[in-house]
Amino acid sequence: MTHEKMILAVIAMDGGRVAGGAPIFICQTKEEMERVAANLEAILDGIAHELAEGLLVIVKH
Amino acid sequence: MNEYTLPILYGVAAGVLTRLYLLRTDYRQYPTYLHGRTIHIALGAIAAGLGTVAVPAIMEKEFAAITFLALAASQFRDVRNMERNTLNELDQYELVPRGKTYIEGIAIVFEGRNYLVIFVSFLSTLFYLVWNIGAALVATAIGLIAARRFMSGSRLKDIADVQYVKPHFEGVGLYVDNIYIMNIGLPARREEILRYGMGFILTPKNFNARTTIANLGQRQAILHDVSTALGIYRDSGTPALVPLAKRDLNDGRVGIFILPQVEDVEKAKAVIENVPVLESAIRMPKKRRWKRKGGSGDDA
Repeated sequence: MTHEKMILAVIAMDGGRVAGGAPIFICQTKEEMERVAANLEAILDGIAHELAEGLLVIVKH
Repeated sequence: MNEYTLPILYGVAAGVLTRLYLLRTDYRQYPTYLHGRTIHIALGAIAAGLGTVAVPAIMEKEFAAITFLALAASQFRDVRNMERNTLNELDQYELVPRGKTYIEGIAIVFEGRNYLVIFVSFLSTLFYLVWNIGAALVATAIGLIAARRFMSGSRLKDIADVQYVKPHFEGVGLYVDNIYIMNIGLPARREEILRYGMGFILTPKNFNARTTIANLGQRQAILHDVSTALGIYRDSGTPALVPLAKRDLNDGRVGIFILPQVEDVEKAKAVIENVPVLESAIRMPKKRRWKRKGGSGDDA
């Protein structure tokens, strides 16, 4: 089965707010989050979207 | 040499000339490929031959020979397939793909032009044989003009007004005017987008145009044309930098967001205005005849 869109990774500052099937990266600071997200964006060829303050998802479109 | 030699030669020449006239390289960058060009000239010559030979065949009462025109039709349907396949393959490696609707449009045009060649060759030879070379020259000229008119469809500026708007962010949401484009999570990307991005608003001129520019293929064609003409600030591995076109559901306006390498608003506007309206995107809901109130169903 091919997915048209899917969440490849979740980057969060608060581990208590996220759970589920995609890999989760917990970061301490906002800067660290942005750095990790920028790297993952390039590596996974997905787009980083901000769902809420301190919660980013990488989505393959 | 017999009485048909010169008319046939003339007809074939007229047909090939028509094909060459219609086969121009333009900003769509097709057919720039030398071999693609050879293929089209060769097929044009075959089409010209078929159109030409039909005339003497009728005059000699060889009606069975006319049936090979049917063969020609299937032959040129293959041309369409060939174009579609080639462009689909190439499309996978475009930074901004043409989209299937645009490709289908181009393929249809290639098939159609071969029929125009048959038509011009047929008329030229017919006039040559019935009257003289002078009449044939007139027929060729008329054929060329007609082919030219068939060739050029309408442009986006005929159906919509184009207006420049600077894109902006509300939180993480990218907007062109009040049309939401996408969510950009990284501040670095947001800066790049504000630096290089341009926004345009297409306002449809009537209800038919509203449906036409809503077509996803038509929107992709706009993005592709702008990106080809002005370059694109994008690479593989930077998927966030993607030109997009989104629609305002309330009034049917379309917001175009692009990332051109050449930062010239007037040029970008001119390119968008000259994007062809794709045949397969045209919808005419206003052509529908609505049932009158209390009428008996004049609702074709």
